[in-house]
Amino acid sequence: MLKTFPKGGVHPAEGKYSANSVIEKLSLPKTVSIPIAQHIGAPSKAIVAKGDKVKVGDKIAESTGFVSANIHSSVSGTVVKVDKVLDSTGYKRPCVIIDVEGDEWNESIDRSIELKKEISLTDKEIIQRINESGIVGLGGATFPSHVKLSVPDGKKIDVLIINGVECEPYLTSDHRLMLEKAKEMLVGIQIIMKALSVNLALIGIENNKPDAISHLQNLVKDYPGVEVHALKVQYPQGGEKQLIKALINREVPSGALPLNVGAVVHNVGTAFAVYEAVQKNKPLFERIVTLTGKSVKKPSNFMVRIGTPVTELIEAAGGLPEDTGKVINGGPMMGKALNSLEVPVVKGTSGILIMPVVLSARKKESDCIRCAKCVSVCPQGLEPFLLNKLAQLGKNDKLETNAVMDCIECGSCSYTCPAGLPLLDYIRLGKSKVSQIIRSRKQ
Amino acid sequence: MNKLFISPSPHVYEDTTVKRLMFDVVIALLPALVFSIYFFGMGAIIVTLTAVVSCIAFEWLIQKFILKQEPSITDGSALVTGILLAFNVPSNLPIWIIIIGSLVAIGVGKMSFGGLGNNPFNPALVGRVFMLISFPVQMTSWPIPGVTRFTNWLKPISAADLDAVTGATPLGIIGNNVGKVLEKIDVATGDTLRHTVTIQDIYNGQVVINEEVVKTFDQVPEYASQLLGNIGGSIGEISAIALLIGFAYLLIRKVITWHIPVSIIGSVFLFAGVLHLINPEYYIAPEFHLLTGGLLLGAIFMATDYVTSPMSVKGIWVYGIGIGLITVSIRVFGVYPEGVSFAILIMNAFVPLINMYIKPKRFGEEVKNGQ
Ligand code: SF4
Ligand code: SF4
Repeated sequence: MLKTFPKGGVHPAEGKYSANSVIEKLSLPKTVSIPIAQHIGAPSKAIVAKGDKVKVGDKIAESTGFVSANIHSSVSGTVVKVDKVLDSTGYKRPCVIIDVEGDEWNESIDRSIELKKEISLTDKEIIQRINESGIVGLGGATFPSHVKLSVPDGKKIDVLIINGVECEPYLTSDHRLMLEKAKEMLVGIQIIMKALSVNLALIGIENNKPDAISHLQNLVKDYPGVEVHALKVQYPQGGEKQLIKALINREVPSGALPLNVGAVVHNVGTAFAVYEAVQKNKPLFERIVTLTGKSVKKPSNFMVRIGTPVTELIEAAGGLPEDTGKVINGGPMMGKALNSLEVPVVKGTSGILIMPVVLSARKKESDCIRCAKCVSVCPQGLEPFLLNKLAQLGKNDKLETNAVMDCIECGSCSYTCPAGLPLLDYIRLGKSKVSQIIRSRKQ
Repeated sequence: MNKLFISPSPHVYEDTTVKRLMFDVVIALLPALVFSIYFFGMGAIIVTLTAVVSCIAFEWLIQKFILKQEPSITDGSALVTGILLAFNVPSNLPIWIIIIGSLVAIGVGKMSFGGLGNNPFNPALVGRVFMLISFPVQMTSWPIPGVTRFTNWLKPISAADLDAVTGATPLGIIGNNVGKVLEKIDVATGDTLRHTVTIQDIYNGQVVINEEVVKTFDQVPEYASQLLGNIGGSIGEISAIALLIGFAYLLIRKVITWHIPVSIIGSVFLFAGVLHLINPEYYIAPEFHLLTGGLLLGAIFMATDYVTSPMSVKGIWVYGIGIGLITVSIRVFGVYPEGVSFAILIMNAFVPLINMYIKPKRFGEEVKNGQ
């Protein structure tokens, strides 16, 4: 039997329309708006000003702490201004806006396409380079990668887990990456193994991508210590805790990090970015973005420069369908609905999903019938119906004792509720209240 | 461009709705209905129709005129309650009793608590138990299957009719006789001969003391009849096969999980089996418990009611085993041969407590405690 995580989970319709679309380079936009806060942690600080000339790969904003990341220009041209622009969070936030002129790259970047297998950097140098290159988790969480690689004293990591699950319906950017950039990604994995000094890396891939599984299985023979594992299709298997449980049957304690059980998880996209940064000295300024949806003319996977407006991708995929009701940054389970199509692609944008009107509305709500379906699908073993109630009543202490902070916001509960209750809406609210309380207690 | 919808994630939903779930339950009950019509004829149709129409009508009336809410009868839950209520009564029950039972089920059992989702007790069982206590004679007069009243169903039921067609349920025959002491004075010696009735006597159909038949019993049916439904009993409880087909359907459609029925049936089997092993003369074989007295109907369709069963799997085991133990206790030691309804209602009352103290296993919890 195929491995998976044991508790909860759902299986939404996969809708992977773009699975066979080869990655295309999107043509350069006229202007890019590059947000200076694209990661979890402290926002970086812009180091360019109006009128500055920049090349592709030049650093334009600097990390402001350990948990922070550098930002590099994705184009060559002139900085028009550093100003607040609406981004995918729905808020106006500081961006560096650059008018594109040509495509001149920083000379230190190795633009050759040969695979470079031998790793000359030491573990310290690797982490340093990853930090310098502004690499963050590309699965969507955007946590600065060098932080995950800097193992605190006293902790021992014995396995690296590579997330090729792509459990979100519709999205195919990781799938395409595993097919088209497999060798680079595998070298990237070995680089991360070296940085962590572990001898074992497990790539977890869901069974709905048999081509990627067999392709990688053929290749890993040349990459000692790397194994490919097929997993049963089950959302949210891409959740770190669920993936660790599925692959090595270790359970990350509530409130703790994967490194407490000796594991570190990185996304396949991150492994590829690590390869480019370490072997080719190329900072993170472009990524693969899936542009898809039921009515989209040409569901695609694009290689996109960070800061490119979403509209450019939509145009390249055949334009905005007539029946568009909702545009989502990310997948349908955890993505965020956009209120403007001018927002820029950022490091965490794995896909843009266009939903037709008929699929955009929420389910009609009725009273909870206590069917316990939400309980049985919750991968964290929580009671969503109860958390929902408690959050509505504002009972923060009860929320805390009922482990609201363990919620990974996967949305399985809202997805499954036959009464159409927006459970996660209230749980999120309760979670943010409780986390405020916990923070104030610590002070 | 149209205005874009904005809402928090998730953006897709399973197509299951409350309505679909309820109609799936109705479909799962159809095989049992077909069997009961085959065995009880028109009586089954009349009782079921009456219960369904009254339940839906009462729900509509109460919502419209008393609670002044938008009636929600289209969700199908009143339909389910109606069918389940009908399935728990004899097929010759007078229509007016069914209507009163429906009023109690919907009015007291469901709407007085605020409607679907808020009722602590299974409404159909509230109705049934009310009828059982208020109209004990009519509620325990079971027509013998096959002796249908197809020809004279319009005629009011007279006592003579009842006698003519009524056979006790298998559990009733056993419950009322096993363990009783029969006496006979031996004419020759003048001694009093005593005999305690055993299960074997029931199967023999008679008690013989000193070569003289002192009591006869209605024949208790063979397992084959019990499986098909050719036994005395309520409309929906008599055919084990039909109920199991319904169970399979509910599982396939993911309406319920196997936990509640299996925990109940398993615990009844074990408890009754232990008693049987201790004393096979007085305690009937455990298979018999499974196939009679509405155990399957209760375990598959009544105890699994969403609203009144626990939310966590661990809680479900406590609930199911509780129902199993109470059922056998009532059947063996109590006065009601069919103990399932009471057992379910008793455990319904514990559900809020179970939900409060028995939580699902949290991810990462074990490790945390183990450290
Ligand atoms: S899934 Fe919805 S209806 Fe069912 S118990 Fe949870 S909140 Fe209630
Ligand atoms: S409560 Fe949180 S973790 Fe559980 S299903 Fe809902 S969103 Fe997912």
